[in-house]
Amino acid sequence: MDKKSTIGLIILAITLFIVPFIAPNSYYMDIAIRMAINGVIVLSLNLLMGYAGQISLGHAGFVGIGAYASAILPTHFGWNPLLSLVVGAVLTGLLALLVARPILRLKGHYLAMATLGLGIIIEYVIRNESGLTGGPDGMSVPPINVLGVDLVRDTQWYWIVAVVLFLNVWGALNLINSPFGRALRGLHGSEIASQVVGINVPRCKTRVFVVSAMVASIMGSLLANYSGFVTPDLTNFNHAIELITMVVVGGMASVFGSVVGAVLLTIVPQLLASFEGWETVIFGLILICFMIFLPRGVVPTLAARLRLGS
Amino acid sequence: MALLEIDHLSIHFGNVRAVQDVSFQVEEGIVYSVIGPNGAGKTTLFNLITGVYLPSSGKIRLNGQEIQGQSPYQLAHMGMARTFQNLQVWMNMTALENVMVGAHRHLDTSLLKAIFRLPSLRRSDQALRQQAAELMRFVGLNNYVESDANSMPYGALKRLEIARALAMGPKLLFLDEPAAGLNPKETQQIAELIRSIASMGITVVLVEHDMKLIMDLSDRILVLDYGKRLAEGCGAEIRRNPDVIAAYLGGLARTE
Repeated sequence: MDKKSTIGLIILAITLFIVPFIAPNSYYMDIAIRMAINGVIVLSLNLLMGYAGQISLGHAGFVGIGAYASAILPTHFGWNPLLSLVVGAVLTGLLALLVARPILRLKGHYLAMATLGLGIIIEYVIRNESGLTGGPDGMSVPPINVLGVDLVRDTQWYWIVAVVLFLNVWGALNLINSPFGRALRGLHGSEIASQVVGINVPRCKTRVFVVSAMVASIMGSLLANYSGFVTPDLTNFNHAIELITMVVVGGMASVFGSVVGAVLLTIVPQLLASFEGWETVIFGLILICFMIFLPRGVVPTLAARLRLGS
Repeated sequence: MALLEIDHLSIHFGNVRAVQDVSFQVEEGIVYSVIGPNGAGKTTLFNLITGVYLPSSGKIRLNGQEIQGQSPYQLAHMGMARTFQNLQVWMNMTALENVMVGAHRHLDTSLLKAIFRLPSLRRSDQALRQQAAELMRFVGLNNYVESDANSMPYGALKRLEIARALAMGPKLLFLDEPAAGLNPKETQQIAELIRSIASMGITVVLVEHDMKLIMDLSDRILVLDYGKRLAEGCGAEIRRNPDVIAAYLGGLARTE
């Protein structure tokens, strides 16, 4: 791992460590936990979008499958929540595997449309299978139990998601600097060049799509268990767009950018809540400014400026 | 048996017959050149042999084994490498990484090993990095080992593609206009590079417009015109061939 990544990891570790000591109350702890969960989801999406160059408008759907697996399996079938999380991830992985070949042959706008369709189907099923899912009203999720302890306190959750975030960032940094990771970036750079050096392009795309979907599913499960309630809104188009916006604002093909994007776009709507009715407008303006002044995303643009300055 | 045998190869796009009934053989260890006026079908022929296009008819054999219809990625695993006339460099990576990915077919792409960066992968990655740097020096890119691909000049990118192709450890290397857009000095350097690649035992198939380069380097030459084989032979034979002279000079005369 290069020096920049190591420094980034250390900064991340220190930040994650001090947050619970400076967070004034449980409201801020709640935001911090959601930031960390979003951070990992955005990271998984960035692996697919930023590094491998394959857009997905269906990622909220994968988050939803994980969340609903953790809601439905324990509630209706009495399964262990941790097992439900794993089963949710496996189901999501299988679905991703099934659709990957036909969908990932498409490029650009067509891929966007196909993944959007996938997301809509998942949302539609969840919204309409009200016997299982509670329909549009959502359903509650029983607390997760680890070694006889019910996880209900926000400090417990904070440390869990902080460790998960840190491990995911570390793993992602390792991955992109491995033979597989470089092959992925090759797909984004030039698919024909990838083929002629012997990269099995469909297989490579399928693998990253499945991994990305499974990570999103696991984080959906954690989110469901943490918040204790799930609604179909988790799977809808707005949420998919929100995730993509986090990738773009933080920085395409930037591991730390994913975290920064998730942090910024989780906190900004909260800060704007006092603008009553105008928050969406202001939020939109902020996004436009980001794209004008930091076009490659916060982290890559600032990193490039620092390099020029030094 | 020749390393590469092309047997009555044709492709048409609608009514356009881009390559018609072309046959030739490339013996192992030689430099084989394909020349012809613009639009003669040289790059199309390359794309057919390297699996980018599917031939309408005809056969391609590598070491006696039929390979038409195989994908570029399968052909890469059989030891076929190529560069592109319009560069296909990964601009989102460093120059060194470009060369490292060139060795893809020899690498361990296990996902779990990568995520946890196990010691075996760390060591092999380190060795790969050194090999890639050596290849960059071999093609004359000493000054660009630390560079991002998108900050390199055109001539350097052409060499980078060659380094990437060499990283594959190929038996057969297709170079599509390696000297296009280069000045005479750079062209001379590319000629020397191709000669040293050939002396390593790699069979080189070349498409070029620069006649001096072709005549200096080639053991055999194939001339295409309007997608058809016009002539084939060694440099001296091609230079004397009346059909070739007519195609080149005649073409010139028509445009004036």
